[in-house]
Amino acid sequence: MAIVIDKSQRWRVLAAHAFLVFLCVLVIFPLLMVISISLRPGNFATGTLIPETISLEHWRFALGIPSAGPDGQMIKPDLPVLLWLWNSVKVATLSATVALFLSTTAAYAFARMKFAGKKAALLGLMLMQMFPTVLALIAIHAIFSRIGHVFPLFGVDSHWALVLAYSGGIALHIWTIKGFYETIPIEIEEAATVDGATPWQAFWRVLLPMSLPILMVIFLLAFIGAIIEYPQASILLRSQDKLTLAAGMKQFLYAQKYLWGDFAAAAILSGLPISIVFILAQRWMISGLTSGANKG
Amino acid sequence: MSMPQALKRFLHPVLMILLGGVGLYIVTLVYATGESLLAGVMLVTLACFLWIYTSPKTYAYRYLFPGIGAALVFVIFPMLYTVRIGFTNYSSKNLLTFNRATQYLLEETYRAEGPTYTSTLHAEGGRWRLRLEDEEHGTAFHTEPFALGKDGHLALKAEPAGTSPLDGEMPMKDLIGHQTFLKGLTVLMPDGGQVRMTGLREFAPSRLQYTRNQDGSLTNHQDQSLLRPNPKTGFYETPSGEAVDPGFQVDIGWQHYVEIFTDASIREPFVRIFAWTVSFAALSVLFTLSLGMVLAVLLSWENLRFRSVYRLLLFLPYAIPGFISILVFKGLFNNNLGEINIVLGALFGIKPAWFSDPFLARTMILIVNTWLGFPYMMVICMGLIKAIPLDLYEASAVAGAGPITNFFKITLPLIIKPLTPLLISSFAFNFNNFVLISLLTGGRPDILNTSIPAGTTDLLATYTYRIAFEDSGQQFGLAAAISTVIFLMVAVITIVQIRATKITQDDKR
Repeated sequence: MAIVIDKSQRWRVLAAHAFLVFLCVLVIFPLLMVISISLRPGNFATGTLIPETISLEHWRFALGIPSAGPDGQMIKPDLPVLLWLWNSVKVATLSATVALFLSTTAAYAFARMKFAGKKAALLGLMLMQMFPTVLALIAIHAIFSRIGHVFPLFGVDSHWALVLAYSGGIALHIWTIKGFYETIPIEIEEAATVDGATPWQAFWRVLLPMSLPILMVIFLLAFIGAIIEYPQASILLRSQDKLTLAAGMKQFLYAQKYLWGDFAAAAILSGLPISIVFILAQRWMISGLTSGANKG
Repeated sequence: MSMPQALKRFLHPVLMILLGGVGLYIVTLVYATGESLLAGVMLVTLACFLWIYTSPKTYAYRYLFPGIGAALVFVIFPMLYTVRIGFTNYSSKNLLTFNRATQYLLEETYRAEGPTYTSTLHAEGGRWRLRLEDEEHGTAFHTEPFALGKDGHLALKAEPAGTSPLDGEMPMKDLIGHQTFLKGLTVLMPDGGQVRMTGLREFAPSRLQYTRNQDGSLTNHQDQSLLRPNPKTGFYETPSGEAVDPGFQVDIGWQHYVEIFTDASIREPFVRIFAWTVSFAALSVLFTLSLGMVLAVLLSWENLRFRSVYRLLLFLPYAIPGFISILVFKGLFNNNLGEINIVLGALFGIKPAWFSDPFLARTMILIVNTWLGFPYMMVICMGLIKAIPLDLYEASAVAGAGPITNFFKITLPLIIKPLTPLLISSFAFNFNNFVLISLLTGGRPDILNTSIPAGTTDLLATYTYRIAFEDSGQQFGLAAAISTVIFLMVAVITIVQIRATKITQDDKR
């Protein structure tokens, strides 16, 4: 199509660029500020947006390296950021594994089998997704503190409690995997069944290996979901060394103990890897899904 | 070859019987601790498990059981349990179950008549002996040797001390560490009396204060009065009606709901918070959608260069974990130290009090939420715009229409329909956007003159959280009742959502 580029068009292009650059600056400003703050000496320093002197004290704090206090004594940072990061990764890995196991099997039944109540169950799963767990926090807290009376391992202030609490939130995963299974022709499994495979073998040996892309996507989704989950983590975890990042980070910014510089370093340290995983996963999720669909 | 086959045939039933047995044993143990609700849930789960994995008719359910079971137990059950708690007086005052409260009272002791002993702990061959000395009467007693443990109730026999003194006395600072264990000791004196720990270095005669009678009342041995449990208030009460701590949970019917809708000190903040919740959710959708759509239109414009660079940069807010970016904004907006006020101060000489002025706090929340939420709308709109056939724009170009006309006559009408369900779910998400409010303002600044703390920036979800977990009263029952009201509101939004998507028809496809 031939469109003559006239003068007004050129102005419009310029205006669009100006607007987009302005917005990009608004988006990037907080991020650049955080880097600058993490390198600025002191937690209360104000006045300059670009640090005049570079100090690594906040990074030492975030990495848990002891530093010399005012009286010369070595002080160990009291907020264990790296431990929280490890706790987050641990809980997220466990709950993503559990989510994968629970949702792949359930999705198989929904995609391939006939049973009473199938439609209602699928609809129920969709509806369940609409009600946020935030509204059930009181009950979740009560349930896990009662479980804790009997099984301390699964009680309040245990990582296993969090893994259990997260294990129920698989409705969307089941729908996604079911959709993927349905793109794979059923004939392949039927061929395996004719050769004498049980339904379980057809699922485990035939269908599951072909679904690898979607399984990785679901694993990553569940992993990221567990890393960034805040409400349940904040009521189920209590002691300092059990917290996940999401539950612990707010401790940097209490009014009576305001560690702005230390927070900035900790935020970059923990936020950067998660964001990179997310951006990579986002691209790979889309390509994984389409390549999977092509197979079918 | 026949052996493995026989093994295979019997393996399944044997395994099931074993699992059933172990499961029943565990359920019994749980029931014995008094957690009958937990035991009940476990028993039902166990029964379903055994039935599904043994009956050939339920083959499909074997694949569903783990996933659906987890969803039922950890998502559906907590929601129903929330509704249930809304009808009880569960709070920090009435925290325990009836059985546990009774148990607690039955373990209470009181100081009885008799001499007070100074106690010291002495090592003897890896074990310990307690020396009790009555300085007033000049008598002393030694207990039999015992091992120090964590806790547990131990009864020790004491006999008059001989002439040989004990040595290896435990220093005070170690004694403190063993306090809980020592408190569980009962020393049986030669004269038949019992003494218990009453101070760090002091033992004195003490008796159990209450014993339970046949009719469920408790007799107080100190003053011979009767305590009766009151199932209406959730306390044991003296004959004069005085409540005795600790309270227990009881059903109080619709009381919380009556409070929410009639008690002015709760209803007024509730209505205000509801109004703010709805406007916050609606404005968030409006702002993120407007910005996201404008950007999507611009980034779909083929005459524009560097589109992929812009796209990547503008997508960043979506990739950063919310709990980090929200806290970053909390710091940047700080009234005195925040970088945003430094910039505003340098440019315009103003220093807005973002966290103490209700209007500014709400403005800040909307700014932050727009920053967080526009990339999602942008990505969605770009996908929808891509699907619009190009010849529509060519035709309009031939007709001489400008970009504004194009947007309102072609783009917007074509994408608004598929967008509607997503907008409703975005509204529902923001309606309960707990993380944003909780981390950014915590609901503050607070509304003045309320009986229960309520904030001007609180959403209903954070309001209930504060009632349940932050307010000193920990009024779980009231908070659960409010949660139930929110459940109903979300249900209404969901029905609208289903109408918009026609979910059931999509399913038939």
